[in-house]
Amino acid sequence: MIRLEGITKSYPMGKRELTVLGGITLHIEKGELVALMGPSGSGKSTILNLIGCLDKPTSGSYYLEDREVSQLSSGELAMIRSRKIGFVFQTFNLLPRLSALANVELGMKYAGGSDPKRALDALAKVGLSDRANHRPTELSGGEQQRVAIARALVKNPPLILADEPTGNLDSRSGEEIISILTTLHSEQGITLVVVTHDVSIAHHCQRIIHLMDGQVVTEETL
Amino acid sequence: MKKWLEPLSTAWVGVVTHKLRSFLTILGIVIGVGAVITLMSVGRGAEASILTNIQSMGSNLITVRPGASMSGGVRSAIGGVNTLTMEDAEAIAKLSNISAVAPSYSSNLQLVVGGENMNSQVSGVTPEYMSVDNLKIANGAFFSDYEYQRGAKVAVLGSSVTETLFGSANPIGQQMRMGTIIVHVIGVLESKGSTFNSPDDAIFIPLTAMQQAVAQPLTPQGGRIVSAIALTVSDESQTQNVIDNITSLLRTRHRLASSADNDFNIMSTEEIASTLSQTMGTLTLLLGAIAGISLLVGGIGVMNIMLVSVLERTREIGIRKALGARERDIWLQFLIEAAFLTFAGGIIGIICGWVVSKIIDSIGVMTTLVTPDIVILAVSVSICIGLFFGFYPAWNASRLNPIEALRAE
Repeated sequence: MIRLEGITKSYPMGKRELTVLGGITLHIEKGELVALMGPSGSGKSTILNLIGCLDKPTSGSYYLEDREVSQLSSGELAMIRSRKIGFVFQTFNLLPRLSALANVELGMKYAGGSDPKRALDALAKVGLSDRANHRPTELSGGEQQRVAIARALVKNPPLILADEPTGNLDSRSGEEIISILTTLHSEQGITLVVVTHDVSIAHHCQRIIHLMDGQVVTEETL
Repeated sequence: MKKWLEPLSTAWVGVVTHKLRSFLTILGIVIGVGAVITLMSVGRGAEASILTNIQSMGSNLITVRPGASMSGGVRSAIGGVNTLTMEDAEAIAKLSNISAVAPSYSSNLQLVVGGENMNSQVSGVTPEYMSVDNLKIANGAFFSDYEYQRGAKVAVLGSSVTETLFGSANPIGQQMRMGTIIVHVIGVLESKGSTFNSPDDAIFIPLTAMQQAVAQPLTPQGGRIVSAIALTVSDESQTQNVIDNITSLLRTRHRLASSADNDFNIMSTEEIASTLSQTMGTLTLLLGAIAGISLLVGGIGVMNIMLVSVLERTREIGIRKALGARERDIWLQFLIEAAFLTFAGGIIGIICGWVVSKIIDSIGVMTTLVTPDIVILAVSVSICIGLFFGFYPAWNASRLNPIEALRAE
């Protein structure tokens, strides 16, 4: 599903280059549930952005479903994001002026068009059918994150990327979110990559990849 | 929902979310478009009323006036020399395609009626003048051929002259002193309004009577000098031919060398009308341009708001991009929003401009005329302004890096 070959990423910092990723090689199979762990600044979010086609690597190759995507244009990358990838963010990133349902529909908008019925189904899967017309500000943090998961889910992507999905939640809501994500993974066979520094969450995964200073340090299979 | 409707509904949400802000932005465009329509309708109205006045002068009228003469390299004013004579008029009358020729001689004379007196221009004319100048009698009659032949001391007055000299009293049959002679008023003309070359201020007496009041000067060759020769063309399509014929006839009669300029000036109503309508068109355009500046300012307002809106919604743009929006999607969203603001402003502006111009018209300050081309111009300019000033903010938005946009507060 995902093959990163010798990926590097560096940013210009004044006159010098700041290297965030120093040659990452990583394979994730279809249907896997993988955790990326590491201290802040280890490059785990950068990897997630690269996998999510939000960013391009400085060098190296990235094969997504056996297609080399690291050199595609921004329009082609947007197309891949719209069809293949669902994002779940730490800060939920819902549009505050839209209802929960409209936020979920937004997830399909750039993937071929809205369909309120499918959006309602997605909300039902995260247990929020009765909150469809509430705005994000009227929902708890856990509920907002569930709306965000429904938004990622609604276009049936093969890959969901979650960046610290429980980072802004209390432990009970966090567990709920994790159980929703693991259920999606086991029931629908979605490939799931979760960035976290919460060990208890990482232990729900099949494989944990530890990062440090832009390098893969260890991989443990659970 | 239909696919093409989606960007529209997104733009609509963007507009209604900030009601006050959208309202103020639209207001800028409303004022601009309204001003363009109002001011241009004033220009168009003036143009139309002047053209109507010229039509009322008779569209087949040609006037010959003495022209500027060169003496020692100094050109005098048009009409400043006495080159036209009664004999010229008689010669012109023999040309083809001419239905009537009316020479006139004008002079300023002191008029006295009872206690009232005024100095006014008196025109000595032939009976043909009435039909040539398209004059209409409101009261009494114009003088006849018989009265003209015997030099009857009778006068026909314009409506405003009558008002000044006689007030509300009936002037017909009244006497008035005109220089050294005393004339009877036999007719009053219909008012044509205070317009170009209005007969309202005119006083007409037979040219034969005029010769008794003031000595009509003679040219060195013994021709009796006239101030102007008016004539009507029987076939309007021949107007240019007639002008050419008169020109060559007068050049021959005045013995002008082939290198010399004409010592007379020929104007047709058509020419006057086209000159005036050109002038008025320029005026209309100028008024429109002045109002256009406020439209431009409104457009800059739209751009300002859109830039703020993009900045404020950076995170939203990041989210949309993460969800798979292409640059074109983002670009289109903001452009449609800007176009919507200016289009709404344009529509409301048309209504306001139209209402204001109707009000100006109905309180009688000025004649106004809202023509379709003004409306089309105002709306298309307002939409173009929306697209033009919306383009840069929209382009800015589409170029945002999704990762940085997602990090924005």
